[in-house]
Amino acid sequence: MKIEMHVNGRPVSGEVEGRTLLVDFIRHDLRLTGTHVGCDTTQCGACTIHMDGAPVKSCSVLAVEAQGAQITTIEGMANADGSMSAMQQAFQDCHGLQCGYCTPGMVMAATALLKETPKPSEAEIRHYLEGNICRCTGYHNIVKAVQSASGQDVTPVAAE
Amino acid sequence: MYDFDYDRPGTIQDAVASLKAEEAIAFSGGQTLMPTMKQRLAMPSKVVSLMGIEEMKGVRLEGSEVWIGGATTHATVQRELAESYPAMASLAGRIGDPSVRSRGTIGGSVANNDPSACYPAGTLASRGVIVTDRREVPADEFFQGMFMTALEEGEIVTAVKMQVPERAHYAKFIQPASRFPLTAVFVAKFADGVRVAVTGASEMGVFRWHEAEEALSSSFDAGAVEALATPDGTDMISDLHGSGAYRAHLVKVMTKRAVAAA
Ligand SMILES: Cc1cc2nc3c(=O)[nH]c(=O)nc-3n(C[C@H](O)[C@H](O)[C@H](O)COP(=O)(O)OP(=O)(O)OC[C@H]3O[C@@H](n4cnc5c(N)ncnc54)[C@H](O)[C@@H]3O)c2cc1C
Ligand code: FES
Ligand code: FES
Repeated sequence: MKIEMHVNGRPVSGEVEGRTLLVDFIRHDLRLTGTHVGCDTTQCGACTIHMDGAPVKSCSVLAVEAQGAQITTIEGMANADGSMSAMQQAFQDCHGLQCGYCTPGMVMAATALLKETPKPSEAEIRHYLEGNICRCTGYHNIVKAVQSASGQDVTPVAAE
Repeated sequence: MYDFDYDRPGTIQDAVASLKAEEAIAFSGGQTLMPTMKQRLAMPSKVVSLMGIEEMKGVRLEGSEVWIGGATTHATVQRELAESYPAMASLAGRIGDPSVRSRGTIGGSVANNDPSACYPAGTLASRGVIVTDRREVPADEFFQGMFMTALEEGEIVTAVKMQVPERAHYAKFIQPASRFPLTAVFVAKFADGVRVAVTGASEMGVFRWHEAEEALSSSFDAGAVEALATPDGTDMISDLHGSGAYRAHLVKVMTKRAVAAA
């Protein structure tokens, strides 16, 4: 089957099977390997991308279902001049990542949160990120990064 | 996952025709079906996506009744019912996580009738009616046990209708690994009676706790629930997350919390 969609603002097309996962189309066909696969079973959120503006787990969407969609992946998050987006920069400043495996999904989910709720409380951040699992950080600095990216005061905690 | 043919009809009529093919399966958000197909617990030869059917999408308020299209996502219900039926918006907003809510639909949820799913409880408590391509079935008759519904082969849920109660609340005791309810209770108070629907407890799936409904109909107060005996836990789900007796205890606790918060 032939599919067409916009990924990070560019029109792309490809030939896929019915069963091809959207994440495999993105990683294997488009070679955008920033989107990670942690579980492949809808649990971890490492594969989170934006589809028509909403966060989705791309391991659990068929590529054919994205026909005609506007897709954004982590590769589309940087500013036009190549510098990191406010959310990405906040993750770095607040030590919101260690191994980095969950980070693309975290950044995509957190960015979606700020679109809905520009100044989320700590509780709102934790609730929204429930579907994104991090094996390293213990989450505190991720929450701080999101607060910081939304312009709220935080005291970053240095990694020990 | 084995390969399959894929169809995306634009009308209910075309979807019903497409589902007549051998081994065809309805596909909505895929948030239950994708993991099931990956494990080869479902091996359809044809997937019929219902997500291109505009007449199955959206939320409408008609007097004291809400109409929710079968292909409406949890995220849309959360947003659209925030003013008119906040307890149901809150239920939708606590299903899984934001990514699950972007894709998963009410039609898929009630058709699947997972014994721990949220919408079956909300629908049953809200005097709901399940609308299909061929008939309307009251929620009381639709949910028939664990993963069992009144749906016939190839029949699709096109909408769910609910009555908006005077007061309502959904008390969900979350199972943190799956984010499904361990046990949850939806309490809805109407002018002429109260409904109490329980999910995540019985081996028979969602059910109404009639004793609590009677007690609350005469006095809508958490104390009225306190006076009741804890439901029998013998036939309740017993797994590594909780015994039947523990779930029975939770039914009472969550009912009290729902009444207090309604
Ligand atoms: C991580 C995670 C957490 C979750 N947490 C919760 C939770 O807390 N509470 C909860 O209730 N659910 C939860 N779910 C399930 C989620 O709500 C699903 O979206 C929902 O159960 C199924 O809806 P769907 O649209 O994704 O259906 P699909 O997965 O597409 O289909 C499910 C089943 O229903 C059939 N079907 C689909 N649509 C129709 C229709 N219109 N008519 C007839 N048959 C149809 C399909 O053939 C299939 O058998 C969770 C899922 C995940 C992955
Ligand atoms: S890889 Fe998609 S949720 Fe884990
Ligand atoms: S930084 Fe390693 S999994 Fe989150």
